[in-house]
Amino acid sequence: MNISWYIVLSALLFTIGAVGILVRRSPMVILLCLELMLNAANLALVAFSREVGNAQGQIFALVVMVVAACEVVVGLGLIVAIFRRKLPLDVDDLRELRG
Amino acid sequence: MEGVVFFIGAIGAVVGAVGVIAARNPFYSVLALVAHLFSLAVLFLLLTSAFVAAAQVVVYAGAVMVLYVFVVAYVGEAHEAKWDPVPGQRLFAGLLAFFLFVEISAAILSSGLKALSTHGPDVPAGFGDPAAIGNLLLEKFLVPFEASSLLLLIAAVGAIVLANRKPREPQPPAPPRPTESAREEALTR
Repeated sequence: MNISWYIVLSALLFTIGAVGILVRRSPMVILLCLELMLNAANLALVAFSREVGNAQGQIFALVVMVVAACEVVVGLGLIVAIFRRKLPLDVDDLRELRG
Repeated sequence: MEGVVFFIGAIGAVVGAVGVIAARNPFYSVLALVAHLFSLAVLFLLLTSAFVAAAQVVVYAGAVMVLYVFVVAYVGEAHEAKWDPVPGQRLFAGLLAFFLFVEISAAILSSGLKALSTHGPDVPAGFGDPAAIGNLLLEKFLVPFEASSLLLLIAAVGAIVLANRKPREPQPPAPPRPTESAREEALTR
């Protein structure tokens, strides 16, 4: 398969993740859509690494995975904190940054 | 053969991604994301990056998704509005997505990178296997490696601090403010 197929697939997955962030209202699903976008970027990184024939791009993909894991941990911590304060889990209701 | 595996992986990834944004129950969204991650691991294997594929399955689909499942089970199903609070939001989101996809694809395919329409160069047998990645991580990229470990530690501590904080005591309800009409009545009296 040509490398361009992988790149176009990665663009498609990124777009689907962006639509999810625009359309959904639950912060948990928005985090999942962020994961989709990060994974699409990972696919592009690995595809370009294969295109150049140099494994250094895969290190970049691994670092993206680490950052994604951190983002998930902090985001889920925030969601649990919101839930314990009995606030609505809806990004339209959570528009004011008050405790 | 490679094409068949690519299309199986690609269709799995796209279906998983659509499932994430289409499922009403966040639990099904998480399961769809797991399917998506496995399909992506297949694509990574096709791109001869065995270690990234293994890390994807073990770390992402294994560990991170378990965290998601726990939080979904704790928080429960969110009740999202079925209608659009902003009129026409889905229409605009779809339009934006279409143009974004066209734009990214056009930008990449017209970039003039000649190697894009090839398989990529022939690589030695050990390309992207754990030994090669380990050598790169511990020699050339030692500082990013250590920095990411520090980042993980900070994120773990931060999540514990965020999630463990006791909710404040509920404040007594504020006395109701006099409305305009009540104030006017008081003035006229």
